[in-house]
Formats: sequence, C-alpha cells, structure tokens
Amino acid sequence: MKKSNKIFKVIVIFFLVFLYAPALLLPIFSFNNSKVISFPLSGFSTIWFEELLYENTLHNALFNSLLIAISSTILATILGTLVARASTRYIFYGKKISITFILVPLILPEIILGVCLLTVLIQLGLDLNLWSVVLGHTLLITPFSTLIMVSAFNNLDISLEEASLDLGMSSFQTFRIIILPMVSPGLISSLLIGFVISLDEFIIAFFLTGVEPTLPVYIWSQFRFPAKLPSTMALGTILLIVSLILVSLFEYFRRRMELYNYYSVGLDQN
Amino acid sequence: MYFSEHNKKGWRLLGVPFIFAIFLLAVPIATMTTLSFWTQDYLTLIKTITLDNYKQAWFQPVFQTLFARSLIISLTVTFITILFAFPIAYYISFYGGKRKALWLFLITIPFWTSYLLRMFLWKVILGYNGVLNSFFEWLGVITEPLTFLLYNSNAVVLALVHGWAPFAILPIFVSLEKIDRSLLEASNDLGDNNLSQFFRIILPLSMPGVIGAVLIIFIPCIGDYITPKLVGGPEGLMIANMIQVQFSKANNAPLAAALSVTSLLIVGIISLLFVFLNRKYLRNY
Repeated sequence: MKKSNKIFKVIVIFFLVFLYAPALLLPIFSFNNSKVISFPLSGFSTIWFEELLYENTLHNALFNSLLIAISSTILATILGTLVARASTRYIFYGKKISITFILVPLILPEIILGVCLLTVLIQLGLDLNLWSVVLGHTLLITPFSTLIMVSAFNNLDISLEEASLDLGMSSFQTFRIIILPMVSPGLISSLLIGFVISLDEFIIAFFLTGVEPTLPVYIWSQFRFPAKLPSTMALGTILLIVSLILVSLFEYFRRRMELYNYYSVGLDQN
Repeated sequence: MYFSEHNKKGWRLLGVPFIFAIFLLAVPIATMTTLSFWTQDYLTLIKTITLDNYKQAWFQPVFQTLFARSLIISLTVTFITILFAFPIAYYISFYGGKRKALWLFLITIPFWTSYLLRMFLWKVILGYNGVLNSFFEWLGVITEPLTFLLYNSNAVVLALVHGWAPFAILPIFVSLEKIDRSLLEASNDLGDNNLSQFFRIILPLSMPGVIGAVLIIFIPCIGDYITPKLVGGPEGLMIANMIQVQFSKANNAPLAAALSVTSLLIVGIISLLFVFLNRKYLRNY
C-alpha cells in the first residue's frame, strides 16, 4: 500500500505541473523585454503593461464586460435564489421537471445557446447590443447560482424561520433579519462565480455582441496581430490575478457556508 | 390544504425564473429547429418546410468529416481526462488526509482562469517560433523547429485535456468520498487483494461520479469553438467552427441551424448511451 501511495503522489504532482505550467508563461513573457514570445528571455521590462494604458478599444471592451458581468450576475443571482428557495422550501406540482428545465444550460454546449439566442433575436428583428449578451449570460449563470443557493438554503435551519414567524415578525422581516444574513455567504459566492463566468465567456458574447466588443472578444481580435502578443500576455497576467483573487474569495465564503452547516448540525444534535 | 398552499407559494417563487427560461431557452430552441427546416436565398428566408438542410448536414462529406472528427476528438479527450482524473481523485480521497480541501482548491483554480487565454497559450507553446521550439533550440536538442506540434487534431486533444481535466476530478472525488470505508476493510479481511478490491468495490461504487465526469467533459468539448480555431489548423477544425462559418460568412443560417440541431441530437444520444451502459454495468453487481 505504501508503494502505490508514492506512485499516486508522482501522478498528482506531474498533473499539477501540467496544469499550472502554461499559466506561468503569462507573467514570464509579459515582463520580458522582447516582441517575440520565445526563449531565451531578453530582459525585464514593464512596457507591455504601459502599452495597455493607451489602448482605448481595450478600455471600452473592459467597460462593456464589467457592465455585462455586473448586470447578468445580479439578475442570475436573483433568479437562482428564487429557484433555490422554491426548491428547498416547497413541494408543488411540476417541481422536478421545471427546475431541471431551468438547469438545462449547464448541459448544453455554449455554441448551441449562442446560435439559438441569435436566431431568435434575428427573427424578432431586434438589434444586437450589450443587453442581448446580458440576457445570454444571465441564462448561462442562473443554473450555477441555483446550485450554490440550493446548498445555502439547505444549510438554513427551518426552525429559526418558524420561530421568527411565531414570535410575531412579518414574513418580510423574517426574510430580512433571519434568512438573508444566513444565506449571505451563498449570495456572495454566487455573485463572485457569476462575475468570473461572465467576464470570461467568449462564444455567446461573440455571437450576440453586435459591434461593441466585450473583453474576451477584444482579446480574440488581438490574437491575429503578432505585434500585439506581448501586451495581450500582459493583459492575461492582470486577468489571471483578478480571477485568482475572486476565486480565493469564493473559497473563503464557501467555507463560511460550511461552517454554518456545521453549527446547525451541532444544534440539531443537542 | 397544506399541499395547495405549497403549490401557490412554490410557483410564486418559481414563476419568474421559469418564464425567463421559457423565453430564453424553449422559444430559442424551437425557433432554431423551425429555421432548420427552412431555406435561405441570399438574404431572404424561404419558409417552405424542407429536409434539404438535413440532407446536406448528414450526407455531404465535409460535414460528415467534421461530425466524425468532433466526435472522435471529444471521446478521446474524455477518455484521457478520466484516465488522469481517476488516480488523482483517488489519491486525494484516500490519502489526502486533512489537506483534501487544499488539494481540491489547487486543482480547480486553473479552471476559473480565462479559458480563452489558456487555449491561446497552447498556440504560443506549440507554435513554429513558439516556447517549446525555441526552448529546445536554445538547449541544442533540435536544429530545425518541429512542425508537427501545432495545427492538428492532437494539439486540439492536448489543449482540451488541459482545459477540462480540473472539472473531471470533482465528481469522481465526491463519489469516492461516499464509499463506506468499512466495505474496504471487509473485503481485505475476506481475502481480496488491492486489485480485485478496486474492480469489485471501488470502481462500481464510484461509477456515478465517473459518468458525471464523462458528461461534464464530453458535452462542452464536442461543441468547442475556441480550441480547434486556435490550435487545430485546417486539419483540426470541428463542427462548431462550421456552424459559425455558415452563420456569418456563408450566410446560410438554416444550414447552421440544421447542423446545430444535429449536434444537439448527437450529444443527447451519446449522453443517454453512457447513462444506459452505466446502468447495465452496475446491474452485474
């Protein structure tokens, strides 16, 4: 048993290197003082980051992406919370099938979602703009929000809610004072993950964005110009750091959620 | 009384998200399916129902090749990824000790960094003047850049495995965690060696997780646009690239819709097949 343990450890370490090595190239070459992405490295420089400061198209794309990410994340979290609350609290006709239906975007290839939405918008004669991307991203993120919020509501002890209603609080007060604070780690997780997904999503945005590029669509357009490579790597480095911060925050709040779970289990046992 | 109260409150909550999903999911899929039975003459749609698009999509060699290649690439990626992911999930679940959460976190982080950039990095790594070639030349291992690295199906497979592997580990890990450890002790006591224990207990019990991982990887891979476009070259293009071309440059939205519906059918059939095979496999235990 001891020996096989070591073999597994080697596989895991090999895998982690395979997983991380490509991403490490981003910081290495974005600080490299050369227009060509190749070894040997020629020297340290921050010009590629400075170049980003003067790219107006990039700034527009970033603004568009932030607008889309914030709107679609908030919308999806509201929708996901409604679904999760209905799913964890009530038993009703058509529950299973309607909730499965809402989760379908999880198992559809993104290109199909993009094509479907594009077809409908064209048939309706609507213009493509940032709001069509917001709709697409809301559709994509809602299932993720739903799953996160379902586990948040599952951790919620129903007797607290009943106690609050019995003691004379209105259902709105109960929601604001009891439920909301208890599921807030879930809400924050959902907002963070939704934001990361939307900021990163390419194909739906590519189909639906019309003339205004989002950040990934902008990056995609830069791939065609070899001269833009180093500054694209610099942009990638910044995005990498931003995602790392957001995902670490997500992990922090996810653990908070598990702690709640731990305490409420503890209460049950007493 | 109790039940009808639940009905009212449940649907009051679910109403808005459900209507949203109807308008953004059911209606678009229906529209796309309808469109796939129409034809297009330059910019005007001809709304007579015909199977022409499906005849083209299913029987023209170009499309057959693309469908076959997409299928082979995504099945290969799925197979390799599971082969990788299983031992890793196993290690974390059985030997992870107190650091299980940390291991899982380390493995899932890359999944949340930009997919676009990760796939693009493979182009930078494998290219003619790329990182790998320049590194080998610098070391003196090769004198001419290797050309077989980029722009073929293998490059697509490599990049996709890298892209999706983190996601495959989670469902397998979860199903391994659920295995009652006393079953393993019992089988050891009753004379199973490690190998027979693996095939008789661990593998069957972790099969739901494996099937979950298979679907999580297979479905997005078969519809992937970015990776084949970046690292596939003409020999590695997949069906999503053709759908996009038909929609934009070729200006044949109905054909694009027929190709999309066909992809959806393939995804559905293969997924059901996996689930069915799994049931059949588990029935033997």
